[in-house]
Amino acid sequence: MPFATPPLETSPFETLPFETQPSAAVELSALDIVLWGVLPYVMVVVLVGGLIWRYKYDQFGWTTRSSQLYESKLLRIASPLFHFGLLAVIAGHFFGLVIPMSWTEAVGMSQDFYHFNALFVGGIAGIGTLGGIVLLIYRRRTTGPVFMATTKNDKTMYVVLTAAIVFGLWTTLASVFEGEHGHNYRETVAPWFRSLFIFQPDLTAMAAAPFSFHLHTLVGMALFIIWPFTRLVHAFTAPMHYLFRPYIVYRSRDREGGRTGGRPGTRAGSRSGTNAAENPNAPAARRGWSPVGTQDRDTRNR
Amino acid sequence: MRVMAQMGMVMNLDKCIGCHTCSVTCKQAWTNRAGTEYVWFNNVETRPGQGYPRRYEDQDKWRGGWDLNKRGKLVLKAGGRVKKMFGLFASPVQPELKDYYEPWTYDYKTLVDAPLGDDFPVARPKSLITGEDTKVTWSANWDDNLGGSAENGHLDPLVEKVRRESEDKIKFAYEQTFMFYLPRICEHCLNPSCMASCPSGAIYKRVEDGIVLVDQDKCRGWRQCVTGCPYKKIYFNHKTGKAEKCTFCYPRVEVGIPTVCSETCVGRLRYLGLFLYDADAVTAAASVTDPQELYDAQMDVLLDPNDPVVQAEARAQNIPEDWIDAAVRSPVYALAKVYKVALPLHPEYRTMPMVWYVPPLSPVVDLLRDQGHDGEDHGNLFGAIDALRIPVEYLAELFTAGDADRVTAVLRKLAAMRSFMRGISLGNDPDESIPESVGMDGQTMYEMYRLMAIAKYDERYVIPKAHVEQAHDLEEMGCSLDFDGGPGMQDSSPFGEASGRPVPVAVDTFNALKDRQTTDEIAAGTSLKGRVNLLNWDGRGAPPGLFPDKGPEPDTLAAAEDQP
Repeated sequence: MPFATPPLETSPFETLPFETQPSAAVELSALDIVLWGVLPYVMVVVLVGGLIWRYKYDQFGWTTRSSQLYESKLLRIASPLFHFGLLAVIAGHFFGLVIPMSWTEAVGMSQDFYHFNALFVGGIAGIGTLGGIVLLIYRRRTTGPVFMATTKNDKTMYVVLTAAIVFGLWTTLASVFEGEHGHNYRETVAPWFRSLFIFQPDLTAMAAAPFSFHLHTLVGMALFIIWPFTRLVHAFTAPMHYLFRPYIVYRSRDREGGRTGGRPGTRAGSRSGTNAAENPNAPAARRGWSPVGTQDRDTRNR
Repeated sequence: MRVMAQMGMVMNLDKCIGCHTCSVTCKQAWTNRAGTEYVWFNNVETRPGQGYPRRYEDQDKWRGGWDLNKRGKLVLKAGGRVKKMFGLFASPVQPELKDYYEPWTYDYKTLVDAPLGDDFPVARPKSLITGEDTKVTWSANWDDNLGGSAENGHLDPLVEKVRRESEDKIKFAYEQTFMFYLPRICEHCLNPSCMASCPSGAIYKRVEDGIVLVDQDKCRGWRQCVTGCPYKKIYFNHKTGKAEKCTFCYPRVEVGIPTVCSETCVGRLRYLGLFLYDADAVTAAASVTDPQELYDAQMDVLLDPNDPVVQAEARAQNIPEDWIDAAVRSPVYALAKVYKVALPLHPEYRTMPMVWYVPPLSPVVDLLRDQGHDGEDHGNLFGAIDALRIPVEYLAELFTAGDADRVTAVLRKLAAMRSFMRGISLGNDPDESIPESVGMDGQTMYEMYRLMAIAKYDERYVIPKAHVEQAHDLEEMGCSLDFDGGPGMQDSSPFGEASGRPVPVAVDTFNALKDRQTTDEIAAGTSLKGRVNLLNWDGRGAPPGLFPDKGPEPDTLAAAEDQP
């Protein structure tokens, strides 16, 4: 693996506030090294590689596979509940894992305040997400046509996804009941998470985390490993460009002609830009009919 | 001015006999697959009637098409970009299968396999969605020929509207009612709201001929287009999870032959041809304040292909000569803008539809005939058009955003044409006063008659071919609509249904052709070498080679070679 030999001595990250004090007290087992030192990178390779591979070879299968045509009433409640809950959960993960404790302390946020916020907001988001997916699975199981449209692939995905949510919620709720004496994941899981990005995984920090966090992390990694191969891929093509693209999309049959400026007797392929007859050399202004975002696959393969 | 070409269609509703051949042939050609059982790219509705899907014209409910906001700006009726993004997780206004119908088949096997018994075996209806026994309660054309209209007729959104706005009631009593057929395909609009609704940008309009297509690879199944289209002519394939729509049979049109629905139309009521239009003027035209002026605005967007200025501009836009020539000969341009007898369907949706309709005069003529009048005398007809307000108002709701005068003007032209031509075929001198009464001259009216009554194949379908220079792109262009069980479908992929890349048709045929050309075997894979020619057989005995071999055994072949 190319990231197995990081520049240990001269790391430019050394001065960054990524690391906390090493928790040298914990003894590392081989399993710890595999799970927290190797598996995350394997997961990234599978996730990124899988996504690229699927994007290249399975555009036709890249869809939400919506079942709203079969059943709408339950979906109208459950699906937004799940999705919006999930967005909040993702935001929470970002806040908890990426932003170091020292930063929040630097802006004067007390540990108690942070903790309360994380549990309260995170708890609501988690319960919303769980409620959403439970409703969605109930709907999927009880509505005949929806159940019939469910593949084995889908079922596997649902198991892993639900497990990830349940175990995640468990870690949250556990810290509610443990209160003051609860585990502070910002001293264990979060430093480990950040250290992964500089290819110097802080294994001891992660190994010190309690079992519930280990379980949630493992299931989470499993979810990301199967992600590219399930219907979940639709999340990676969230149509954010819709906010900016022109409403009317024109595409040409002949884009070769467009590139060569149009042969006599043919139509120029992409009629975007200014009128060629008026001003052939002017830079093309973006017009409503310019092709956007999407290119034909034959162009891509050429 | 930015001249662009648009394939358009005109349907002459007077000729439609409601035989549904267009729907059936279209279905055989395009939607005869799992996941598209309920999908009718072409359907024929009886009007008055609820249409397909049920009450699709009720835009207060379905939120299709465009609207003007308070500042007079064109906005999607279902909401702007941000609102759409928030509604992505469960499309807020989405027809369900029950708004279409639950497709079904029959358990024919029971008829053959049923054990002997006292009762006749029955082929039960089976749902194509669940596979279970089902009860057939609705279909794509349940109210065909006013079936059930005495009970359901009031559910037609246009009937509701006419009833609200006029004193008279549309009658569904048998003797007083009227009806006609309305075949519908995708309108291939100049200002398509489905396209504007698509978050992925997968729906596009072809620069060359204006055909609106869904890129099957780019569609992610967000379903906003189904809401966006006011005609509900975008369907969701529930197997592949992708949107599908009428393709204007682009593979046929590209090689100069008409669409399947046009080709197979029994009444020959469809016309295909080119419009030249000013693409820069579309948005302004669609933003006209008064919905009843949208028709005029749409007319102004269409350019006169005979105008040298337009032609010069078209050449500047690299539209080839044969396309300009086709636009000059275009029957749809003639019917829509020269004779002004073709009207757009629901211009008030502000999508600038490009499938046009000649409104039917037949309800009026039939009624006159039934009352014992001469249904072809122009005096009678003109009077009847004015007197029979209800059909006209209903047609106006369909074609002119409620402007009854405009529909009356078209119907009077059609009536005048009948009277004028009847005079001529009875051997009388042409009565120029008849065309004059509708603002035409005898020559123009005669030409209109030629086009509407006896136009031959080449005159009804003026379709310029796509250019050979583009052949390389045509092979892989557009929708990769696949067939059930074909490559890339169902179980052929680890990701379940419908994933994987479909094998392009061009590659498929190329390989088949190559196999055929290079193989040592003849087509059936068996050699006729050594077989007895029955014409030379004397009828005595069974010489070797009289019957085909069971297998390619070398011994038998060697023996057979000894025979003459």
